Amino acid sequence: MNDHILEMRHITKKFPGVLALKNVTFSVKRGEIHCLVGENGAGKSTLMKILSGVHPRSSFEGEIVFDGKEVAFNRIQDSEAAGIGIIYQELALVPEMMVYENVMLGHEIRKGIALDVHRMIQRTEELLKLVHLDIPSTMKVRDLGIGKQQLVEIAKALSRNVKLLILDEPTAALNEADCENLLQIIRELKGQGVTCIMISHKLKEVLSIADTITVLRDGETICTLDREKDAVTEQILIKHMVGRSIDAIFPSRETRIQPERILEVKNWNAFDPRLGRQILRDVQFHVRKGEVVGIAGLIGSGRTELARSLFGNPDGYILSGEMIFKGKPMRFTHPRQAIRAGMAYATEDRKRNGLILIQPVKSNITLANLTAVSNRQGVLSEEQEVKIASGFVRSLGIKTPSIEQLVLNLSGGNQQKVSVAKWLFVNPDLLILDEPTRGIDVGAKCEIHTIMNELVIKGMSIVLISSELPEVLGMSDRIYVMANGHITGELTAKEATQERVMELATQY
Amino acid sequence: MVQKEIQALIRKKLRDYAMYLALVLIMIVFSVLTGGSFMSSRNIANLLNQTGYIAVLAVGMTLIIVIRHIDLSVGFLSGFLGAVAAVLLTRFQMPVWLTILAVLVLGAVAGFITGAPVALLGIPAFVSSLAGWLIYRGALMLVTAATGTIIIPNETFNDIGNGFIPDLLASDTFLPGLHKTTLLIGVVVIALSILAQFLDRKRKLEYNFEVLPVPIDVLKAVFLTGVIAYITWILAGYNGLSWTFVIMILVVIVYDFTARKTVLGRHIFAVGGNPEAAELSGIDVKKITLFVFSSMGILSGLSGILFTARLKSASPQAGTLFELDAIAACYIGGVSAAGGIGSITGSLVGALVYMSLMNGMNLLGTDISLQYVIRGLVLVGAVIFDVVSRKQRA
Repeated sequence: MNDHILEMRHITKKFPGVLALKNVTFSVKRGEIHCLVGENGAGKSTLMKILSGVHPRSSFEGEIVFDGKEVAFNRIQDSEAAGIGIIYQELALVPEMMVYENVMLGHEIRKGIALDVHRMIQRTEELLKLVHLDIPSTMKVRDLGIGKQQLVEIAKALSRNVKLLILDEPTAALNEADCENLLQIIRELKGQGVTCIMISHKLKEVLSIADTITVLRDGETICTLDREKDAVTEQILIKHMVGRSIDAIFPSRETRIQPERILEVKNWNAFDPRLGRQILRDVQFHVRKGEVVGIAGLIGSGRTELARSLFGNPDGYILSGEMIFKGKPMRFTHPRQAIRAGMAYATEDRKRNGLILIQPVKSNITLANLTAVSNRQGVLSEEQEVKIASGFVRSLGIKTPSIEQLVLNLSGGNQQKVSVAKWLFVNPDLLILDEPTRGIDVGAKCEIHTIMNELVIKGMSIVLISSELPEVLGMSDRIYVMANGHITGELTAKEATQERVMELATQY
Repeated sequence: MVQKEIQALIRKKLRDYAMYLALVLIMIVFSVLTGGSFMSSRNIANLLNQTGYIAVLAVGMTLIIVIRHIDLSVGFLSGFLGAVAAVLLTRFQMPVWLTILAVLVLGAVAGFITGAPVALLGIPAFVSSLAGWLIYRGALMLVTAATGTIIIPNETFNDIGNGFIPDLLASDTFLPGLHKTTLLIGVVVIALSILAQFLDRKRKLEYNFEVLPVPIDVLKAVFLTGVIAYITWILAGYNGLSWTFVIMILVVIVYDFTARKTVLGRHIFAVGGNPEAAELSGIDVKKITLFVFSSMGILSGLSGILFTARLKSASPQAGTLFELDAIAACYIGGVSAAGGIGSITGSLVGALVYMSLMNGMNLLGTDISLQYVIRGLVLVGAVIFDVVSRKQRA
């Protein structure tokens, strides 16, 4: 078995309440390009974090053999020292420093106690040649485009004599020309004996570059396909990626969709000045009264950005296009305006920007609509607050010892219900739920779904953003699929299958 | 049974009561060390007047730290505004009420200016208020440059820092030598506090909230009553309540009510607890930030008035290091440096602890260098205790 540079055997990793990897086995041959594919949450990133030492040896079960030796990495520095280089989607470069300083960061060459700038620049320029980057190594990284930054990151990894290079969605933020260039360089590195693991959502790209492809699904290895022996097509990959039956049961409901369009968005574009990148392009969609509209897509496809750009645009995107809300053209410039007009948005990350964890259940539920529990002078009525909060705790079945309990002490599912309660209290016409069931257990999921059904029957409209395909398929009346800032397709509940959605989601 | 409950309670509520216990402990220790002169009527009255101008700043600073910022400019701002008051009174012969109003308005404007770059451009408050620190220091020197220290001859104004409320019930036969109005106010406050605790308990039971066991609640009420009664007795034995004390308590009541019982207060703590979540809940974080800085400016003006009136003059050094005393009072009083957590009453007690320490050490004639060391140790000790006790409870 000497032709394997890496063997990960029987890896099992648990997070509190979730089994992230179940007995995963993953082997990489020396000198190949090995692609790792799977849906969001399939366990790809977790597996790579185990390999690179982000998750220390003691936090998982199984064994890792690298370059013929069993290894136990406890920190990233350990895996680096062994010859593993990992490049994350969010680049780890210091923008204010020069290219050569970044490339040599942590491995500076010294002359006595001082830095040997001359030799560091020389070495950097040799490395830049390897990645075909023709720039002065004294440029600031900040002044480079994202594609070139990606190459600097690779040069940085090469400076450490990597034997195994891991790329986590390297092309997600790149334009087509940069993508092609990057893939070409990866092929060349392979020629020079560097083994490469690449995680990617873009199946065309995977097929154009991979020698071997491993598919993960729900924390398990589904199959490893050898391009020389097995016939592989996009359809086959998609089938393996989603190939579970929809075993979760979704509560059924009668639909009472009315023809009236509560929200209509046309030619909607958003440019993020901080990233310097177009994040939404010509988005067009509508939501009818009493309808659940699902928005599917992989991470980074622009779903959350779309929701936030409509809901008062707190990120300061530069927007163009038309939004018609409740029959009137609108453009909200602060979430407050959106809330007053009847739109609510429950964020995808309830801990980071959804809830105030250090405050009690009660104040979290009333936060977005305090005027309803106060008099004209702005004095809060405790009696009203208690009544409202207790009411939601009862009707949504929030499990908490008291409404005075701090939200940080609740379980994920109950936190999510508090978040939903908060938005129900503003009594919106349109409720946008961003990943409403992420990281919560099956029982709580089902309860959230039941609540959603009750709401649409009462005439509320819901936009459901979810990375879980069965959830989108099971709950939505209509589904839009997003990829790379575009809406790549619209499917009715009847025509939507996991395969169809995945095909549209991997189009770009 | 009761003992067990008390033990459990102490463990759970240690953080909430520690400050009060520390204050009582400090007072007892200094009383013993000074042979009783620490708790003399004269010294307590003096201590409360000293605390006044720092406590007022600490109240404003509490909200600043709650929304995750800092304001270093308040010391020299209060010194500068005090000097402005002196100039308005002496050179322009402005009436006292108009002077006070003008200073408070100027304070609001100054606070707004410090807060504007923070709220609108995301400039760190440390930098913005450090600029304020420099500018107001220069302004203070400029105002007092021609004359040096400005002496204020206006007795009405100086009474704000030195005077006491009049005894409307003065009598030579009934309880001679005691300030009867102060006693009456003390009795009313005790009655109100018992009533408030009773109503609070009743309300909590109605809503099925957790309540303390009856004996402990009674114990708490007895303790509180004892403290208020004792302080009232001591103050009544001198000249009664000072104007500074009354103003300080009014500020605390207004701010405590705003912080805990109003929409505005809820918004401030939401911004401190999670600014992103607050913004997405429709709260205008910029407006809240501007408001909190403006309120800090108003309180700086008030603090300047109290200090200037107390010294009956404005000096070029007025306000030096007040900002750091106020910040220390907040941290000792349990305001979390991470934001979102803190209370106005906690900061008041923090200011009292801090000033008692200074006052007591001065009485003992402790060397000033040692005083700074001890103040530093108390500050860091209080914050370590705060962090550790929060971790244990979580």
